[in-house]
Amino acid sequence: MEKRNHNNRHVELPNFCHLGVNLRIALTVEAALVAGVVARVADSRAFYDEFIALSALAQPALLLTLLALCAAGRWLRNLPYRAGEGLALALGVAVPVLVALWLAPLLGGQLPFSPFMVAAFALALGALLLGYFNLRARALSPAITEARLQALQARIRPHFLFNSLNAVLSLVRSDPRRAERALEDLAELFRALMGDARQLVPLADEIQLTRAYLELEQLRLGDRLGVVWHVDKMPADALIPPLVIQPLAENAVYHGIEPRRDAGEVSLNIYRSADRVHIVVKNPIATETSLHKGNRIALDNIRERLMLHFDLDATLKSEPMGAVYQVHIVIPYTRDHTQPASARPHRR
Amino acid sequence: MTTPSPLPRVLIVDDEAPARRRLREVLDDCAAERPVEIVGEADNGLDALQQVQQIHPDIVLLDIRMPSMDGIECAQHLQKLEHPPAIIFSTAYDAYACQAFELNAVDYLLKPVRAERLIRALSKAHPLGADALARLRQLHPKTRSHLSVSEKGRIVLIPVEDILYLKAELKYVTVRTAAREYLMEESLTRLEDELGALFTRIHRNCLVADSRIREVGKLPGDEDGHFLRLDGLDERLAVSRRQYSVLREKIKSK
Repeated sequence: MEKRNHNNRHVELPNFCHLGVNLRIALTVEAALVAGVVARVADSRAFYDEFIALSALAQPALLLTLLALCAAGRWLRNLPYRAGEGLALALGVAVPVLVALWLAPLLGGQLPFSPFMVAAFALALGALLLGYFNLRARALSPAITEARLQALQARIRPHFLFNSLNAVLSLVRSDPRRAERALEDLAELFRALMGDARQLVPLADEIQLTRAYLELEQLRLGDRLGVVWHVDKMPADALIPPLVIQPLAENAVYHGIEPRRDAGEVSLNIYRSADRVHIVVKNPIATETSLHKGNRIALDNIRERLMLHFDLDATLKSEPMGAVYQVHIVIPYTRDHTQPASARPHRR
Repeated sequence: MTTPSPLPRVLIVDDEAPARRRLREVLDDCAAERPVEIVGEADNGLDALQQVQQIHPDIVLLDIRMPSMDGIECAQHLQKLEHPPAIIFSTAYDAYACQAFELNAVDYLLKPVRAERLIRALSKAHPLGADALARLRQLHPKTRSHLSVSEKGRIVLIPVEDILYLKAELKYVTVRTAAREYLMEESLTRLEDELGALFTRIHRNCLVADSRIREVGKLPGDEDGHFLRLDGLDERLAVSRRQYSVLREKIKSK
């Protein structure tokens, strides 16, 4: 029978290439090693000697196991869950044992452990970790993550909605065509806002949405708002959580442009560097008070959503740089067929 | 027969050009029932203050959120005029302000504005009461960008960043800038509440601008006596014993 959680979704193995997963495995193994050594020795001097001796074997074994799991990851996750889990465990035992056999002669046969002990240690830890990842996938991931994502669904400022409607009304008599276009932009924006917060979307869609949003702002603010796009080199097919860039643009306008009397410029720079997508949004710092709390809330919201989608593989940094405030987001570059497991509860 | 009373003269204040255009349109639509004369437009509070003093409108349609100086602060300064105009605030969305307006019988409009609502507001428009304004100020915790005094019927604005110190003297507060002094009828405690982020109390009756402190020194021959000097001012200001430690902490933490 297929394994499903209470939300009736597939339970999957974690993506072993992800930093967060690697970190959890590495920390657990190190903790077990420390605990093992502490149990065997009496004083702290002996502890260091023993731990260093053990590390000569354990660290290469851990690294190679993580590499092997990452390499085999995609294949493992395409197998039925039980088979994938079994094979992952087999890998997790085989690699350390092979490393032990290979390193034993190099270490002058001083290895205090037999390969059987290594196998037993790896098996116990491996089973423990897989059990943990299973629980995490079942309990946490789909149901709670999705609820959390829904709750974090980006909300537009009511202030913006009513001002935009007011601007559209001002056009209805004098420039009906422009009013039509503005209402179309507004419709598009609200369709996205009411859409599925869990579904990753192509970068190109989010850019289109942000353009629609900024068109509306330019309608209100006129020449006060300048927009500069650097998106020639962006990977249009990259998948990103919806409403990550638009709220950044909204923040930039709300805090950087609206409080200014003179014109200001919002710049959006999106590019790919190796397997990462970089999103950089800049706005002028209007006044000291423009760095206030409202901004933090929106950024925390985006940060948490990135965390739920990409775990530790995404970062968000925001900082004033002279007269400019900059937000820099880095997320892994994923396309449809390489969509990572942690982002997959969103796919139906 | 009496001559028809002149039309109410209206000034439109909003930072967004489309919003001003829309107000003109709706005022036009109301003309049959409630004709007015539109005498000007301003796109921020500072400009609005200027225009009010030049063209003396009867009614100001005043947006709240604007750059340079917001509507609430603008209304506070307008209050210093001998014959302040009636004020109708307008806002796209400002839940707290609207509640306060309701409570204090302040006229306001929600954007987008409907003709019927505008007619009603124009019909009952009246100058703000002093206590209504005081309560609005409390609800609107943003610090003012300017203090204002009335001199010979004109409003004189004093940018907060130009102020060196504020000193309480009997009924008045003396506001000192590098150029000159002003007398204001406000309480020093209330000013301290509002400007506390930028000013420090150095004595029971004196607040100084943090950014202008040049030196803190010891008075010769007095164990605990300290004085303070500000940029652009030779005057020595007395620092009380109690405030000296507060001041020292504040300077250290910078």
